[in-house]
Amino acid sequence: MDDEIRVPIGSDQDIVAARHKGRALAAELGFSSGDATLIATAISELARNILTYAKTGEIRLKMIHGSIRKGIQVVAQDQGPGIANIEQALRDGFSTSGSLGLGLPGVMRLVDEFQVDSQNRQGTTVTIKKWKA
Amino acid sequence: MEVPILKQGDFLIATIQAALTDADLLQLRTALVQQVVRARSKGVIVDVTSLDVMDSFASRTLRDLAHMIRLRGAETVIVGIQPEVAFAMVQLGLRLEDVATALDLEEGVAYLNQKFKSIR
Repeated sequence: MDDEIRVPIGSDQDIVAARHKGRALAAELGFSSGDATLIATAISELARNILTYAKTGEIRLKMIHGSIRKGIQVVAQDQGPGIANIEQALRDGFSTSGSLGLGLPGVMRLVDEFQVDSQNRQGTTVTIKKWKA
Repeated sequence: MEVPILKQGDFLIATIQAALTDADLLQLRTALVQQVVRARSKGVIVDVTSLDVMDSFASRTLRDLAHMIRLRGAETVIVGIQPEVAFAMVQLGLRLEDVATALDLEEGVAYLNQKFKSIR
């Protein structure tokens, strides 16, 4: 169970596969069905960002151990164009793709911890953590 | 996976039965917009009871679908959004805006019947 689950993202079917695997792992770790839905939804948004902005990338899922509880970590990584202005991307209502523009701030509200690393033209890595209640 | 569309009197009923890809959702939208005219339907019910994730793409597609159907002269009601899905949608900041929703299929039919009674 400590193994990392890797889901390559390159098509809309991969988005469905990634969120299924996320939900399955959440269920396996004993997350409530509500929290599993939040995790699956967050994965869906991150996978879609990969597809929209970078075309291909990868979602990695794994169980993590905190000092008192278990959790899930999701890493969404791509080698795409990167986010030029992270601060702007984390603001509600901002989008460069003409989509809804609440991707990252929305995802941030679904999880407990959120971190984004991105360099212009060198890809983006978003790491989220959700701890078991 | 294609979503089956049933004709029931004046209404079309589309029941989503499995996790849909983006392409499936777009296909559903196109099929409903075409069939609503072909069947001369007054209302469309989209049953999302088995949908376990409603992300930004899905809600935008359903909202667009309802707006397109309204332009074709019919009404849409989305039924069966699960409580966990509703919670995640609100956290994510997603809204269906002016699209009608109902608890389940029965309530959806009642909503549309009521709507058309008041027009007549």
